[in-house]
Amino acid sequence: MLNFFKIFKVIAIVLWSAFVVAPFLWALTTSFKTANGVMGGATYLPWVDYEPSLAAWKGLFGSGAGSIDVVGPFTNSLIVTLSASAISLALGTLAAYGLSRFRYKVGPISNTDLTFFFISQRIMPPVVLAIPFFLMLGYFGLLDTIFGLIIVYVALLLPIAVWVMVDFFNNIPRELDETAMIDGCTPFEAFWRVILPNSLPGLVVAGIFCVVFGWNDFFFAFTLTFTNTQLLPVAIVSLNSSVTPWWSLSASALISVAPLIIVAFLVERYLEKGKISVASK
Amino acid sequence: MQGLTRYKLIFLLPGLLILLGIILFPLIFTVRVSFSGWDAIRPGLDWIGGTNYGRLFADGRFWQSLSRLGAIAFTSVVLEYLLGFGLALLVWRQVKFRRITRVLFLIPMMTTPVVMAVIWRTIFHESLGPANDLAGMLGLGTIPWLTHSAWATVVVILVDVWQWTPFMFLLLLAGLLSLPKEPFLAAAIDGAGPIRTFFNVTFPAMAPISVGALIIRLIEASKIMETVYVITSGGPGTSTETSSYYIFIRGLRDFQIGYAAALSVTYLVIMIVLLTIIAKILTKTLVKPGA
Repeated sequence: MLNFFKIFKVIAIVLWSAFVVAPFLWALTTSFKTANGVMGGATYLPWVDYEPSLAAWKGLFGSGAGSIDVVGPFTNSLIVTLSASAISLALGTLAAYGLSRFRYKVGPISNTDLTFFFISQRIMPPVVLAIPFFLMLGYFGLLDTIFGLIIVYVALLLPIAVWVMVDFFNNIPRELDETAMIDGCTPFEAFWRVILPNSLPGLVVAGIFCVVFGWNDFFFAFTLTFTNTQLLPVAIVSLNSSVTPWWSLSASALISVAPLIIVAFLVERYLEKGKISVASK
Repeated sequence: MQGLTRYKLIFLLPGLLILLGIILFPLIFTVRVSFSGWDAIRPGLDWIGGTNYGRLFADGRFWQSLSRLGAIAFTSVVLEYLLGFGLALLVWRQVKFRRITRVLFLIPMMTTPVVMAVIWRTIFHESLGPANDLAGMLGLGTIPWLTHSAWATVVVILVDVWQWTPFMFLLLLAGLLSLPKEPFLAAAIDGAGPIRTFFNVTFPAMAPISVGALIIRLIEASKIMETVYVITSGGPGTSTETSSYYIFIRGLRDFQIGYAAALSVTYLVIMIVLLTIIAKILTKTLVKPGA
């Protein structure tokens, strides 16, 4: 009975793991193919099923026939994601500290309502905002610019930063800032000199969340840019037609998810150390 | 006191004002646009009253997209919950399994949904993809994955399950790891088998985190459109078109801005009302008082 359960467990986990890695393995093998390896039906093993070629990978950095230049879109994605994450983290940390330490009261609105207002923005379907964003960025001449996208992404990422940091600050004892203020610090100095240096784990988690969500957004980049400012997911999806060679598509897709896979490994190490409690989110 | 107020504002206001400016103002603007006839030919904020809302009530395509969205979201989230819970129960007592599966499961939920959707689309290609290669080996013949409405829906759900089961798994695993040991010992002393222990001890203790996980996923699932856009483009016909996707087509493809704004407002209100009701029902039925 116990053995049967053990075997079942191993089979279930192996099956699920195979399902999880299948698309990555498929993309990896496809990225080394040429037309011969794709057009005859599904093939899997290099050298056995098809003759591998590095053409797709070389094409990522060149401008040969059927190739995709990913360097520009990759750089754009990096600039937008990192700038928006940094701004969101700065503003979000300040707001979260305020919400965690002070009592706000404007008419019937109190701290819980303010915190909920920040977090509730995650409920908003992107399509609802896309139309006004499109009109307003158009009005200010910011459509198809890096700057316009950064503004939009800040709106997207700020709620995440506030969410993580409020939770984090609530778990830092108040005595820390109170002691600092008794020693003559202003509230801002207490925050800057005492609390912030002790907040690195929280900042790392909030930063990872922001970067992942920013990097993964497609819809706003897709609706608010055209040709000048292409982000990586948009560049890849625009190739998603029947004429695009699958090998280039696969290679560029792998390039775009590679940073995230590295982040996943980093997050796992944090999880095992117990620095992130997913349960509290 | 005067000084403290100043600091309170220094901390909160920058973030709050920016969020109000970037999100609340556009939302109010959308409500105003929904009462206008703004389109590609006559762009501008005229006032046509509730005409757009009247048109919306007779728009079968919109209501179908909503019920379709409900079916897709509900099926995906339930499957993700059952699979995620099952997998978490399998590995939670073993550290070795736990670490390998956890890193493996983090990857799908962190990778860009649209980029993975591009890969999935090649996998489900009818003649060149491995999905039909496998189906052929299993003797199922050639399955019209993306050209038949039922199969296309299956693909959309399958991709969502692939991406988000890990989320359920991680939340529920964290929940299982934080459970107190005593109730399990008591159940073992009473001689309860694994199934009775699950229904009497594990499941009730996991109810609050289950409700949280289900609601977060339902909120996210209610926005599904990117993967649909990449994998099926809402097709064949409109058979996998979700509400977000339909609004996108009306607004930013047909440029019926006013009408799309009315659709947006209605969609948002329906979603908030439905999700609130579902959250209430889930909390009431799953979380027993005192558990």
